[in-house]
Amino acid sequence: MSRSVASSGLTLAVIAGICTALVAVTYQGTRQRIAANEQAWLEQSLQPALAGVFFEGSVTESKLIIPAPNELPGRSDTLVYRVYAEDDPVAALFAVTAPDGYAGPIGVLIGIAYDGTVTGVRILEHRETPGLGDRLVSSRSDFVFQFDGRSLGDPDEKGWAIQRDGGQFDQLTGASVTPRAVINAIRQTLIYFDANRDDIFSALTSGDEQ
Amino acid sequence: MNTSNFIDRLRSGLWTDNPGLVQLLGLCPLLAVTTSFVNGLGLGLATLFVLTFSNALVSATRRWIQPEIRIPIYVLIIASLVTCIELIFKAWFPSLDRSLGIFIPLIVTNCAIVARAEVFASRNTVVSSVADGIGMGAGFTVLLIAIGFFRELIGQGSILSRLDMLVGGEPLPGLTLMDGGWLLAILPPGAFFSLALAVAAKSAIDQRRRTGKRAAMQGTMRPSIRG
Repeated sequence: MSRSVASSGLTLAVIAGICTALVAVTYQGTRQRIAANEQAWLEQSLQPALAGVFFEGSVTESKLIIPAPNELPGRSDTLVYRVYAEDDPVAALFAVTAPDGYAGPIGVLIGIAYDGTVTGVRILEHRETPGLGDRLVSSRSDFVFQFDGRSLGDPDEKGWAIQRDGGQFDQLTGASVTPRAVINAIRQTLIYFDANRDDIFSALTSGDEQ
Repeated sequence: MNTSNFIDRLRSGLWTDNPGLVQLLGLCPLLAVTTSFVNGLGLGLATLFVLTFSNALVSATRRWIQPEIRIPIYVLIIASLVTCIELIFKAWFPSLDRSLGIFIPLIVTNCAIVARAEVFASRNTVVSSVADGIGMGAGFTVLLIAIGFFRELIGQGSILSRLDMLVGGEPLPGLTLMDGGWLLAILPPGAFFSLALAVAAKSAIDQRRRTGKRAAMQGTMRPSIRG
């Protein structure tokens, strides 16, 4: 009996060793490609939110994490990329979370130029209903483009809402919870940017420890 | 193993014992990812790959493995293969990986794979186990892409959209027949309806075939009765 237990254990150990080796070899073989893909995906999602901004270097160079508690949508730790041209701040990218989406939080990337106008909005992640709320992504409708060039004063506070609520922005037909969440998140981020702009650009770059 | 045996395994996987249509195994990924053709194809190919290699490994080690520890060993083998597949997808098909999300790692829990290890690979030679893995994997893939094609067509009004997720390069919109479709087909109930239709269609074809055979047999018998 104890002998069969020992031999079973040995078999299990040998197979586990072989399987671990297999995974380790694959990991080594794919690691660099995966890291490159992730970096490319990040840069690729960041670039479109900086339409019309001239900047130098990589977008992800000057990273800042604004810790919770803060007045940003989602009220959690928020990732910000600051973009410079010849050491002058030109824009900031906020990766915020709109907490009140229809099916959970919506990750929104908001580009804001130094003067406070929106340079672009992109949806980073969402779980909205396919065919309804998911039309907010840039590949499926023009929803996110209507914010380009807008700022805190344009439109005024009442205008920062969907048309059904008396605002100036187009809604997604059949889905009003989703656009409300996104519009609120953008406005809240603009308010935060307006109040803390100098602190954001003067803060030291956060490391990669997060 | 000869070719007729190989064709037998293929036919079994694709039709008579199709894992999705007949054994009704692996329904969780089947129902969840078949919102489009390319998703179905991606997950189908990943499953086919895992199934073929897990069958081969289980069959190759079947003589050394004590029966009481076979299940943990199957799980080990399958989990390692799936981890490798996940890494390969992340490295070479990143957008498909984002689209399939959790369903790649969940191939581990696809009971069709453990079922083939237990029912077939642990009792047959490596070659026929590989053939079985290819047959069953192909059967699962064909069902996934058929349902994905159908749901995408009805639900989004498009055909073969986003194939670039698999082949790479510029985004390919596919063929758009109408803007938007009947939403229900994309939502979970649409998955159940589509699968039910597929199972019903298979039964109908089988039945027609049987009655056809009977009629043919009666046709050949009739002269002898008359005579």
